[in-house]
Amino acid sequence: MAQRKAVRWHIPVFLAPAVLVYTAIMIIPLFGTLNLSLFNLDETKTRVFVGLANFATLFGDPRWSQSFWNALANNAWFFVVHMLVQNPIGILLAALLSSPRLRMAAFYRTAIFIPTILSFVIVGFVWKLILSPIWGIAPGLLDMVGLKSLFAPWLGKEEYALTTLALISVWQFVGIPMMLIYAALLSIPDEVIEAAEMDGVTGWSQFWKIKLPLILPSIGIISILTFVGNFNAFDLIYVSQGALAGPNFATDILGTFLYRTFFGFQLQLGDPHMGATIATAMFVIILVGVCFYLFAIQTRLRRYQF
Amino acid sequence: MSQVHHSPARSIAAHAILIAWTIVALFPVFVVVINSFKSRKAIFADPLALPVPGNFDLVGYTTVLAQGDFFQYFLNSLIVTVGSLFFALLFGAMAAFALSEYRFRGNMLTGLYLALGIMIPIRLGTVAILQLMVASGLVNTLTALVLVYTAQGLPLAVFILSEFMRTVSADLKNAGRIDGLSEYTIFFRLVLPLVRPAMATVAVFTMIPIWNDLWFPLILAPSEATKTITLGSQVFIGQFVTNWNAVLAALSLAIVPVLILYLIFSRQLIRGITAGAVK
Repeated sequence: MAQRKAVRWHIPVFLAPAVLVYTAIMIIPLFGTLNLSLFNLDETKTRVFVGLANFATLFGDPRWSQSFWNALANNAWFFVVHMLVQNPIGILLAALLSSPRLRMAAFYRTAIFIPTILSFVIVGFVWKLILSPIWGIAPGLLDMVGLKSLFAPWLGKEEYALTTLALISVWQFVGIPMMLIYAALLSIPDEVIEAAEMDGVTGWSQFWKIKLPLILPSIGIISILTFVGNFNAFDLIYVSQGALAGPNFATDILGTFLYRTFFGFQLQLGDPHMGATIATAMFVIILVGVCFYLFAIQTRLRRYQF
Repeated sequence: MSQVHHSPARSIAAHAILIAWTIVALFPVFVVVINSFKSRKAIFADPLALPVPGNFDLVGYTTVLAQGDFFQYFLNSLIVTVGSLFFALLFGAMAAFALSEYRFRGNMLTGLYLALGIMIPIRLGTVAILQLMVASGLVNTLTALVLVYTAQGLPLAVFILSEFMRTVSADLKNAGRIDGLSEYTIFFRLVLPLVRPAMATVAVFTMIPIWNDLWFPLILAPSEATKTITLGSQVFIGQFVTNWNAVLAALSLAIVPVLILYLIFSRQLIRGITAGAVK
């Protein structure tokens, strides 16, 4: 027993690599960013502490605040499209896949997951090709069903570009909610389903009344993952519309705004301090969203232990 | 009633919806792949035609492969992805084991600290990470990317793996202890093999964003020698903006490796997510 009391060296040994790498590469830089947003350059180009002045510029200076609110509003719409389209489709596909005795379920699962594993470069490029008014797969296909009049250069029009990109992103990532909901549905015990069938609850009413309440926690996790993912999105917009998020900033979201500010683009030099300020604003937005989820929604979800 | 539940009409409707979405999911990939095998003229004349003798042409592939750097990009991606996966899984599993197996002061707190990273994306630290890498001379090295992706992958790995490790039978571990195995042997020989499905799940969810990431390669390692394939294909698009064959071939080639990695892990994937983490 005396040995039990000795320092258990294996615990720090097991923990050390993860904690060290995580702290050094993730936590310290994250706080470094928050810190950098409190500094700026004075007239002599030396770094000085400016308190919250950068935030005053971001929200007070019309040139900055206009871009910021534009990016935030676009980002919110991007998120809304995902919640309204991606997650319901994911749940529907998962519900169909999990029905017993469905043939070829493994094939469907893999096929539907394939867009998720593609890189943004491929996704952005191929959809630009399909939607291109010149190369014209989309106009050709619409022509085949007699709907050619509906075609518009969706990625080029200010009013459609953001929604089009959001739907492309939905196409790409629908596999993730599908997989997670599918797993949650499979983990519902057979007894629960059998009991429901004994009571004559089958088919869609069984899904609505029995299964859906049981998978609500998973839907919650998916919603928050979607939120975090969407407010960090950057790649799809960057590869398909460029850092300027055209047309006329109609597809500018926080990620592209941060990139442009920090690294600069054709007309503007990079500005690390304002970049850090935007990053801090994003951090606060995400944190508020996550806290709202954790305290307002998750605590109200009922969990069932089987 | 159960006949209603399994009626052919329902099953046909289910298949119809699934087939429809499968077509939507695969159609763009299909378009890229078929056109990569066609001559330039055929691509524009009829983008939906299958490659048949007459329009079949490998000029895209020969252009890309003659360009040479493509293999370097591919190799870089593979090194970065496999390296980060290895460290994220190893360090993540070790930490998960410590958190789920032993009671010690600060256990809860360490777990929460490590889980914070699931919610807060590492990209927000980009500014300081770049400064850190500049200061340590790691800019334009693959090491920088491996470090960043390991840190990025750790929170999810710890979170999922510790849930799973709680389900490993305590009797088994105690039997090992009675036989005089060290804690390290118990972890590597007994526990790790038992959580393989969970490792596969973590591997897939960790691997995809690493392989496809454009942000950190663009910022930390944009040099010719360290470009990853995702950044490299982006360059191909710029460079071959008029050479559609080369772009399509480059993109088709870029799909293959990640698809193979996915298929390797996916056999374990569903077993992994079903068994615990997300409930």
